[in-house]
Amino acid sequence: MSEIDEGLRSELQRQGIWVTSMQELYNWGRKNSIWPLQFGLACCAIEMIATAASRYDIARFGGEVFRPSPRQADLMIVAGTVTKKMAPQVVRLYNQMPDPKYVISMGACAISGGPFKTGYNVLKGIDRYIPVDVYIPGCPPRPEALLHAFMELQRKIDSQKLTGSEKATHLDSTQPSEFPVPSFGAHDLEPPANPDVFQPPKIERT
Amino acid sequence: MESLEQIKARAEAAVPGAKIDIVANPGPSQQSSLLIDNEHAVAVAKLLRDDPALRFDFCSNVTGVDWLDRTVKKTVKVKKVVDGVEKDVDETTEEKLPGYLEAVYHFYSMTHKHGPVIIRMRTADRADGARLSSLTPIYRSAEFQEREIFDLYGVRFDGHPDLRRILMWDEFVDYPMRKDYREPDDYEYEPTPHDDVLEKAKQHYSPRPQLDGAENITAQQQ
Ligand code: SF4
Repeated sequence: MSEIDEGLRSELQRQGIWVTSMQELYNWGRKNSIWPLQFGLACCAIEMIATAASRYDIARFGGEVFRPSPRQADLMIVAGTVTKKMAPQVVRLYNQMPDPKYVISMGACAISGGPFKTGYNVLKGIDRYIPVDVYIPGCPPRPEALLHAFMELQRKIDSQKLTGSEKATHLDSTQPSEFPVPSFGAHDLEPPANPDVFQPPKIERT
Repeated sequence: MESLEQIKARAEAAVPGAKIDIVANPGPSQQSSLLIDNEHAVAVAKLLRDDPALRFDFCSNVTGVDWLDRTVKKTVKVKKVVDGVEKDVDETTEEKLPGYLEAVYHFYSMTHKHGPVIIRMRTADRADGARLSSLTPIYRSAEFQEREIFDLYGVRFDGHPDLRRILMWDEFVDYPMRKDYREPDDYEYEPTPHDDVLEKAKQHYSPRPQLDGAENITAQQQ
């Protein structure tokens, strides 16, 4: 499983011998069949649909199999405004996805509440409850941006280690794979953010 | 379409005891409206829908308005004897007008292709149990929009078949569209806040970390 010397590998390749490692094979397989969860929340979802359709064709990267069930999905694309009424369901869907699982936060709304940031009914970013792997700014981000995020995610998957102290979180039994679902409170969601995954940014000013 | 005055006269003749006022709109749209008292609203709405000359058979929109308590200052010149001399003195009186919540309905007629006629109803006050009578029994399309007014303004509609919150969750207790509602303080502020937002943002400022004294050296050199 240790790293293969690049020079030796290309030398062997010239002789018709293909050398790989378990980790490379495993990540190569995973990164080329990322099945997204089929759900959209607002206008950004239209761009996600365009990305899946023939013109942009996310199938070129192995992501065309949008699954209608979280149990068969690897990737959650949070595409759109997460209202506070919807947030518990989004977290619950994430919890129902099997490991390894990844999250793309698509658009200004999913990152921070976007144009509705000061609203009473919009969650100010899905990263308040679940960990996010790739953020895409934009309102909405174009399909190319989603494809770019998808490729970033593939790069991330490719670099994940199977063993050692830096191994991927889904292989680390001490890392949580489910996160608490917030409940509906009298004035806001309870809790308004999960302190284990989100700390509000500190503004330093005099 | 008949003028508002004619519609008002027609409704007052047909519904005895109905108190109807015309609320003038001096703005460019000139859309004045009828203010109808709560007890007779259902009867008046039924007349608007069923009267062969009016036939307002389509309720296109229902919305809520929140009017806060107001204080109106009036200055009156009064003659008073000051030091034996009669003088004109300004006297200011303050009048407190209680606030109320309002429901506004827009009706059109598909039969006669005329409209809109706008009617309003006002609650007695802005308290939690503010009530109005529901027009859903007359106009079925008002059902969801009255629920929305209940959800966002807290007006309870008597006679509504299914008065529950429609946008916010059932456990929610506030009425977010009221003018004195304060949303949860849970968002990051823009880099250059000002006015009210600045006051709110300041509560989140943490003091600058202690510098290493470099700023004192520059100060001495000057
Ligand atoms: S970021 Fe813009 S396009 Fe995307 S969901 Fe929000 S408002 Fe819509």
